[in-house]
Amino acid sequence: METKIVSKRFHIPESYKLEVAKKHGVYGSLEKLFTMTPDEVITAVEKSNLRGKGGGGASCGQKWRYMPLNDPRPAYLIVNADESEPGTFKDREVMDKDPHLLIEGIICSSYAMNIHTAYIYIRGEYKWLADRLNTAIDEAYEAGIIGETLMNGACDFKLDIVVHRGAGAYICGEKSALIESLEGKRGHPRLKPHQKECEWYFGDPATVNNVETIASVPEIVEFGYEAYTKHGTPKSPGTMLFALSGPVKNPGVYELAFGHKMIDVINTLGGGMKDGKKLKAVIPGGVSCPILTADEVNKAVLDYESMWDIGSTLGTGGMVIIDEDACMVEVAKNIIEFYHHESCGQCTPCREGTGWIDTILHKVIHQQGKLSDIDNISDVCGTLNGKTICVFAPAVADIIGSIVVKFRDEFETYILNNQGAEHE
Amino acid sequence: MKNFTLTPENQEKFEKISKRYPKIDSMMLPTLWLVQEQEGWISPEAMITVSELLNTTPIRVYEVVTFYTMYNTKPTGTHHIEVCKTTSCMLCGSKEIIAYLEETLEIKPGETSADGQFTLSVVECLGSCGGAPMLAFNGDYVENLTVDKVKTLLKESSNGN
Repeated sequence: METKIVSKRFHIPESYKLEVAKKHGVYGSLEKLFTMTPDEVITAVEKSNLRGKGGGGASCGQKWRYMPLNDPRPAYLIVNADESEPGTFKDREVMDKDPHLLIEGIICSSYAMNIHTAYIYIRGEYKWLADRLNTAIDEAYEAGIIGETLMNGACDFKLDIVVHRGAGAYICGEKSALIESLEGKRGHPRLKPHQKECEWYFGDPATVNNVETIASVPEIVEFGYEAYTKHGTPKSPGTMLFALSGPVKNPGVYELAFGHKMIDVINTLGGGMKDGKKLKAVIPGGVSCPILTADEVNKAVLDYESMWDIGSTLGTGGMVIIDEDACMVEVAKNIIEFYHHESCGQCTPCREGTGWIDTILHKVIHQQGKLSDIDNISDVCGTLNGKTICVFAPAVADIIGSIVVKFRDEFETYILNNQGAEHE
Repeated sequence: MKNFTLTPENQEKFEKISKRYPKIDSMMLPTLWLVQEQEGWISPEAMITVSELLNTTPIRVYEVVTFYTMYNTKPTGTHHIEVCKTTSCMLCGSKEIIAYLEETLEIKPGETSADGQFTLSVVECLGSCGGAPMLAFNGDYVENLTVDKVKTLLKESSNGN
């Protein structure tokens, strides 16, 4: 069932070491890379239809085209390793088991965009992974793979890679907040420009890409876009690292071509539900995606378009599995506590709205709920959606709104069954 | 107010890391990490020193320190336990783990035990959902927790291991 491109070396013991990874083909794409022009590399990535794996799913090649050509200013590649979306733990697998693949991807991407400095912005909690990356980068410098030239002079191209550690802020996974943080400020997302353009680091052009996206590039360079597009579906070609968590028998990260049925993945790779429990719901791609009921899970297919068709999104591919024992009011409370804590506080609808929903659900859980609270939550979701600088608030509206709508009966029963509730 | 200075080794690290960025402003987070690694927390005095190192004002340092949850604005115990409470961990039993720690250490989240050994924090997703429930013990991830596993962990660390 699995298709291993990014995860092809994950099973090899000590694959994070240069000598081991090299034996198994790491940096194999570079010889081909140096025969290509930067434009050819970008074209290959465009044709592969490689999409951002951090949740957005935007075309990677198109994003690279936003970088200004023949610009005298220095340009930067910023690798987003601020993996913080609950239910998502895939990028850590790449950094833990195959950091040299990430470096190889950074080399390919930097070459394509004429970038000489790359930053890997890693979430602060992944301290040991920052150490692992730094060890791998040191190995790469010592072996002459990066530095003043690439591959010991095989290509006269200077490249430095720096690991930059965050300090605990979910919002820094938003690309412009990430750059603000990299510039030494609070992680407040920036206003978006009217037209599509690149990002800016101290006013210089920059591109922000997710770890897994960058790690997918060497395959496309080495074997051509056709090798990549033969996996997956026509509109969602290639593979993705899907993650399963919650009460399944085998939680973990599995690389799959797009287009598999969600229920098959849960039952086959996930081993089915723990303790023979019934599946109740799945949050498909990190907790920011609208929830799916068990019926919807049976229909769900894991590619971008199919997930949109059933009213959710693929997100990061991190599926949170929920069993029959879980109380959806508590699930909603847990998720809103997360968002309330993580709202950066810049926009009022988000800062206050997440707090309101948290307060309402606190009341419900402490036996003071009213039936009208359910509509109040939906109301606040409406106030949040589309009225803020970044997509944090719309995500809150999506997940909380969908739980309240799809499990309304459970909310009503919960409120009515709890003593002290005023029945309306 | 006592002056704060980086140790010579950390000062050297500061100089070395600074060269990797086009502007000193980017040194904010790395410098605060150096301070926290040195002292275990970031005092107001240290914030003033950091502002001087980065040619900025103390308030700019303060606003950054208070934004990021991992920077400690007060000292922690010898061991810092951070238990994840977010969705996957909750679904897999983090409440039980938190309750056990509260009861055993006789503290609430955010507090330090009377002997100064343990600080307990309950935190949002640590990106370890496949190993839920989990906690970070002095930054190291401990996954697939059971109450017995936590019991052993506390016992071993109390013995000075």
